Amino acid sequence: MDRRDFLRLTGIGLGTLVIPVFGRDIPLGADTVALPVGSKKLLADVGLQTARKRGATYADVRIGRYLNQFVITREDRVQNITNTESFGVGVRVIAGGTWGFAATSNVTKEGIAQAAERAVEIAKANSKLLIEPVKLASVPSYGEQSWRTPIKKAWAEVPVSEKVDLLMEVNQAALKEGASFINSMLFLVNEQKYFASSEGSYIDQDVHRIWPTFTVTRVDEKTGKFQTRQAMSAPMGLGWEYLDGAPSGKVAGPAGTPMGYRDSYDMIEDATAAAREVQEKIAAKSVEPGKYDLVLEPNHLGLTIHESVGHPLELDRVLGYEANYAGTSFATLDKWKTKEFNYGNELVTLFADKTQPGSLGAVGWDDEGVKTKRWDLVKDGILVDYQKIRDQAHILGQKESDGCCYGDSWSSVQFQRMPNVSLAPGKQELTPDQMIAGVEKGIYIAGRGSYSIDQQRYNFQFGGQLFYEIKDGKIAGMLRDVAYQSNTQEFWNSVSAICDERDYRMFGSFFDGKGQPGQVSAVSHGSSTTRFDGVNVINTERKI
Amino acid sequence: MSQMTRDEAKTILEKVMSYKKCDGLEANLDGSRTGNVRYARNSVTTAGVVEDINLVVQANYGKKVGTTTINELDDASLEKAVRAAESIAKLAPENPEFMGILGPQKYSASTTYFDSTAAIDGAFRAQAAAESLEPCRAKKLVAAGYLEDQAGFSSMMNSAGLFAYQRTTGAEFSVTVRTEDGTGSGYAVRDYHDARKLDTGAASQIAMEKALGSREAKAIEPGKYTVILEPAAVSGLLGRMIGNMDARSADEGRSFLSKQGGGSRRGEKLLDERITIYSDPAHAEVPYRPWAGDGQPRPQTTWIEKGVVKNLYCSRFWASQHEQWDWIPFPGSVVMTGGDQSLDQLIAGTKRGILVTRLWYIRSVDPQTLLYTGLTRDGTFFIENGKISFPVKNFRFNESPVIMLNNLEAMGQPQRIGGDFLPPLKVRDFTFTSLSDAV
Repeated sequence: MDRRDFLRLTGIGLGTLVIPVFGRDIPLGADTVALPVGSKKLLADVGLQTARKRGATYADVRIGRYLNQFVITREDRVQNITNTESFGVGVRVIAGGTWGFAATSNVTKEGIAQAAERAVEIAKANSKLLIEPVKLASVPSYGEQSWRTPIKKAWAEVPVSEKVDLLMEVNQAALKEGASFINSMLFLVNEQKYFASSEGSYIDQDVHRIWPTFTVTRVDEKTGKFQTRQAMSAPMGLGWEYLDGAPSGKVAGPAGTPMGYRDSYDMIEDATAAAREVQEKIAAKSVEPGKYDLVLEPNHLGLTIHESVGHPLELDRVLGYEANYAGTSFATLDKWKTKEFNYGNELVTLFADKTQPGSLGAVGWDDEGVKTKRWDLVKDGILVDYQKIRDQAHILGQKESDGCCYGDSWSSVQFQRMPNVSLAPGKQELTPDQMIAGVEKGIYIAGRGSYSIDQQRYNFQFGGQLFYEIKDGKIAGMLRDVAYQSNTQEFWNSVSAICDERDYRMFGSFFDGKGQPGQVSAVSHGSSTTRFDGVNVINTERKI
Repeated sequence: MSQMTRDEAKTILEKVMSYKKCDGLEANLDGSRTGNVRYARNSVTTAGVVEDINLVVQANYGKKVGTTTINELDDASLEKAVRAAESIAKLAPENPEFMGILGPQKYSASTTYFDSTAAIDGAFRAQAAAESLEPCRAKKLVAAGYLEDQAGFSSMMNSAGLFAYQRTTGAEFSVTVRTEDGTGSGYAVRDYHDARKLDTGAASQIAMEKALGSREAKAIEPGKYTVILEPAAVSGLLGRMIGNMDARSADEGRSFLSKQGGGSRRGEKLLDERITIYSDPAHAEVPYRPWAGDGQPRPQTTWIEKGVVKNLYCSRFWASQHEQWDWIPFPGSVVMTGGDQSLDQLIAGTKRGILVTRLWYIRSVDPQTLLYTGLTRDGTFFIENGKISFPVKNFRFNESPVIMLNNLEAMGQPQRIGGDFLPPLKVRDFTFTSLSDAV
């Protein structure tokens, strides 16, 4: 499902319940039975053999069943419950040195053979424009394998009524506390995907993700002003257990600022706090523009990491493959080759990891059959590596893929996508309260807000959900109209302290867009609260 | 199956209706074949074709509603879809905002399908890519581009007698051309229903000229400047303004169109009096399907007339709560009436200003004032005494389309861009807040 489909499904047909039926192959709802692994292997082999017969030198087949459930409510009513289910197969080949891809929802031997033939035809048609043939880094033949997100309770096992009841309780809590409006949502994802390649890997994976979220709005009738506060949850690679609200999964915010949630979220508690805070936000002082020391908590900082580190270190962007859409990157190969490019200062280590438990990006193998791993991108401030897949590794003189290839559907061709990219916690013991105590003139920012960055990832501007003025080491009340602008390298070189691992938690992006045709992917970014010195803050208040 | 005729679609939908046991039954049947070719670093990177079909069945008992989706169309699957929708509807809570299904409707004619586009195949795409790539290779420039074509149909039927069918085609092409040393970048984008209008070579020529012309850009101070925004730049901000013209948000006090003390700003003069924005499904340049997903006819609608807010879009439920307002669905495309001047004439009439090719990474900063931030990209030039004088480094802007459309100096001839029909605009005091090193 692409972002447009998602918006369409959640934005129209309000009040309808949508449950999919997929004909004879996939019965409805709880009766749904996945295609047995053995049957998938037989079908996949048809695709692989057909491709080879038609002249492909490499082929992979992905049979995917993608299940989503979205529960959308506002105030006292359910606006929409949408179940989507999409089943099909994509065949990717190399023929004449060029990639070709075709996909079909006809998951039969005939359908797959036809898709394989078409993929080879497309590859051959485009090989006429070839400059350099595709070179794949080698990968072991893994044989038959399986992997599942380590969840305690699958969202599909929870009745819809329980989900609706939860959101109604959340909404009531916010309205009782003075919210004018609340929109609350559950986004639930299950990808059941089977990968087979002409190199002898047959990998069956069952991937789960969850994102409970809301927006609370307060309208001040006297002034006509309104403000919003979004949830402090993060989308996670967890099951329904994320909504347990267990105290062990919470991290108290400094000096009465919002609660942080590590691997357990209390949605009612957060909505109640949001309703209170959004009123404070309306009455808050408009910020004086200027230089401030920023103390950024993980739910906010994750998005800054995503935009200013995750994207610029995607090798396809660096090389120009995304030049026509997402853009290129300032972090060019010549900078990496010097082995002394200061992406940040010595406090900054940023690592990629497709294995972190609870993260959105965690899988056993990527979508071209490469086993996942952890690796450093920026080590003690120095740019040391990029994110790359099988057909890119040779460009860096490397021999293996990083295992970060992903296609968002059976009908989407897989390509390099961002793994989880995280900031390593500080090595010295430090809490957010201790960090704030050392700041004379600063702003503590919580939650993700507005975000924008240029196509080479130099210049960015970020907002947030809540802004607190820090004066002489203490939180001195809420601010509004805050956005900060900086330059990526300057910003990561202005880090002066990072809290220790007790404060470490993940933020996530559920619908990260890239590619043409556009695809989404879900990715987490972990960090501890971090201090950045002397950052430029602007005031965003306008009159129309 | 992805390309059904009117009769084929009608036969399937009638079959669906024959299984009805509920109060009301409605079904939408859509199919499409989408092809694409993508290239970068002067070489094709991916290409493919996806065919899919989708049937959505909605059943209701009073205000209790259930919906199923399916992509297999044999009789057993169709009946199963109806039974499933009905059983969900029985379990669903009543939805106070469900307004029932519509009876038969009349739709205006709209030409959205062209055989030329439906006939596109792999060879056509490869040739279109070659016409973009080869001149770039010859001039030692680096091209990255994307062509996507689509042919398909939409149809719907319900148990109250409504039937609608429409075929649509589309082709969209975009290309970014960069210099080998990465110091210059240019962009062009085109989209049409009729692929005969598409000339990937000509569009690429413009991107090539911008790439060469934008080398060695100078840094100038950010601040307020007179700008000429090409239609691609206008589209980013105007589209977001139209997207926020939702009646319910305005009436609820949480929109840029909310009025202090309650209500909305319908009827108020909000923009320069030369601004008129409307939509028309039958527009020759930007036609679109004349019915919304629930079968409601999409009327010709004026959104802004001489700067005055005339209409806001809303759901059928919201319209029923406010009798004075029409029920108007979100438009399929918009048209902004422009002026007679070409882009060159707008530049010639500018003493000092900045020409902006496109805006990038536009995000909302404040929904109350519709303040957006983003950056210029792929061709930003300084204009002095009616001529392009030199390329300038890209800027970050913080600006509201409401403020921008009050600071209007002049408008050029509209052209199709991203499905809309928009003119280039000359605007004073456009707010750039910082510089970017990005090329």
